[in-house]
Amino acid sequence: MNAKRTSQITALTGILLAIAVGLHFGGLHEWRQGTLIAATIIAGIPIAIKAFQALRMKAFSIELLVTIAVIGALFIGEYVESAAVTFLFLFGAFLEARTLEKTRSSLRSLIDMAPLEATVMRNGEAVIVSVDDVEKGDRIIIRSGEKVAIDGAIVSGKASLNEAAITGESVPANKSIDDRVFSGTIVDNGFIEVIADKVGDDTTFARIIELVEDAQEAKSKTQKFLDRFANVYTPAIVILSVVVYIFTRNIEMTLTFLVVACPGALVISAPVSIVAGIGNGARDGVLVKGGDIMETLAKIDTVVFDKTGTLTRGRPEVTDIHTFSGDKNNLLRIVAEAEMISEHHLGQTIVKEARKRGIPLLNEPEEAEVIEGNGIRAQIEGKLLTIGNRKLMAANGINVDDAVESYAVKREKLGNTAIFAAIDGVVAGIFSIADQIRPEAKSALNELRASGVKQIIMMTGDNRHTAELVGKQLGLDGVYAELLPEDKVAMIQKLKEAGHKVAMAGDGINDAPAIATADIGLAMGEGGTDISMETADVVLMADRLDQFSHAYSLAKATIRNMKQNTYFAVGTVVLLLAGVLLGKVFLASGMLIHELSVLIVILNAVRLIRYTKKQVNIKQPVPILQTE
Amino acid sequence: MKKAVFGLEPLSCPTCIKKIEITVGKLNGVEEVKVLFNSNKVRAQFDENIVKADQINEVITKLGYPVLSQKVS
Repeated sequence: MNAKRTSQITALTGILLAIAVGLHFGGLHEWRQGTLIAATIIAGIPIAIKAFQALRMKAFSIELLVTIAVIGALFIGEYVESAAVTFLFLFGAFLEARTLEKTRSSLRSLIDMAPLEATVMRNGEAVIVSVDDVEKGDRIIIRSGEKVAIDGAIVSGKASLNEAAITGESVPANKSIDDRVFSGTIVDNGFIEVIADKVGDDTTFARIIELVEDAQEAKSKTQKFLDRFANVYTPAIVILSVVVYIFTRNIEMTLTFLVVACPGALVISAPVSIVAGIGNGARDGVLVKGGDIMETLAKIDTVVFDKTGTLTRGRPEVTDIHTFSGDKNNLLRIVAEAEMISEHHLGQTIVKEARKRGIPLLNEPEEAEVIEGNGIRAQIEGKLLTIGNRKLMAANGINVDDAVESYAVKREKLGNTAIFAAIDGVVAGIFSIADQIRPEAKSALNELRASGVKQIIMMTGDNRHTAELVGKQLGLDGVYAELLPEDKVAMIQKLKEAGHKVAMAGDGINDAPAIATADIGLAMGEGGTDISMETADVVLMADRLDQFSHAYSLAKATIRNMKQNTYFAVGTVVLLLAGVLLGKVFLASGMLIHELSVLIVILNAVRLIRYTKKQVNIKQPVPILQTE
Repeated sequence: MKKAVFGLEPLSCPTCIKKIEITVGKLNGVEEVKVLFNSNKVRAQFDENIVKADQINEVITKLGYPVLSQKVS
């Protein structure tokens, strides 16, 4: 039986009921009874079939209770009741399916953004093919207004892209050669050619959809409890109704009892809220991976942030080059040549600065060595370069005299990371590198506090001075600097043992252990790095902290909504049962109230789809760490 | 081992999940089956040497849930 047939049967039953009302006023009693029986049978058979199918799978379904009640009503000759109950049940199910779709609409609209076809270069010709036929390595052409169908890097052209499908961010991003583009995003303006490196189900977009789908299935604790409860509850009601019959000898009351005790609203009360909440988040670029995570997130009272890349932009810049001997640009050149081998973002920042100044980097470093977490050593033009922090200088017996040290501390107090560059064992200069605090950080933290976070702490591997400066600017409750990844884990453990519910937000691999340790791990998605998306509980796709505060208040709203629904559903059932036992509620009216309660529960959840936190202006000037 | 995703009409009763999961799970060659209630989908892992995606499709349809789309990867 499909949905179309069900709605036809519902409509037919409704018409028959209307005819029966007409016949009643026309005084045609016999005809009326016949019409009612017909309506009961037409609507009742599909219900009975479903009940039977479920019973074969050893599942007690709501249909079973209704079927028993309807057969009972026919047996005692209550045809009005039997017809009304079957009709209300089908009609209710019809409305429920409709409104349920509403709670799922956020995911639907995401899926609808999925690209269908792509323009691919094949044998020198541009052909349009279905996305399923695009292969890795294909050269794809995307024009204005078209959707990107794959993940890949731009090889020619430039464009502004609307990446809302991935990040929830509606301001277009400008991209050109070597930039990555993602499936599901739309070229707003421009023309690009892209080499596909991820296609089909491997694209970030496809993985987001799959993660959201799984998240909506992942049950919360409340949900699991309700499921178990319903499994015991339904057979228990059957037994109880027998007890009611034994005591009252009133078949009508017993049947009414059966029908109104249906756990419909109860079973559905928690999941609809969760689905609507997760859908709302997904639309805004926040992936909350399941109902249990929603529940934990709502209970968070302590938030721990990593500094670089989380509270700050993670795009450091060279703010000053100070030399104690020799020429600035020459020092920058040889240091940058040595740092070419470095994967570290500070090293790469120096290389970038040299490129920006148009300094050619020609020499290959020799005998290069990376000292993890401290710096590098390499030979350039026969000179031994030692570039890194104080520890590296000390470890290599390089003297850091008072003048150098006081300059370095001065720079650090201004929020810079000071990098010592020594040539042949003598400090030749200091590079100052600074990052910027994210523009939305302050307001996002304020919102978190307003929604109920008690303390906000920063843990960073960076130096104490920079960390304290960020802490002061953002008004943090605690700042812990110069930590290794395992120190962060230990501190989070301690916070948890002290009874706090801890969320940890970070980016990159060095934060992964801390993210895993916290009650809730948040990762900055940055267009979806694999590890962060898989391991974190919550992913912020657009890399914006205000998404975190949205996720937090959304989680609170979702849990509130779920509680309202659960209390309402339980309350309704209790009131109805009391009404039945007191003889105030009858079969058809009981069914009507029951179906109404299910609808109200769903409609309450639909409110969550539209939930937005109050818009806060984040137009205040960007606080820059470095001041000069 | 292959993975198939079947798109269904909107699912509205939680008992459907059990029905589909148990029946499809009993099929020879089906390793794992999961009903995604909220996205109206059935995901199945199966051994293509023993059972074909079309057979799974048929079983779901016979249970009373018309399959709207089928994707095998």
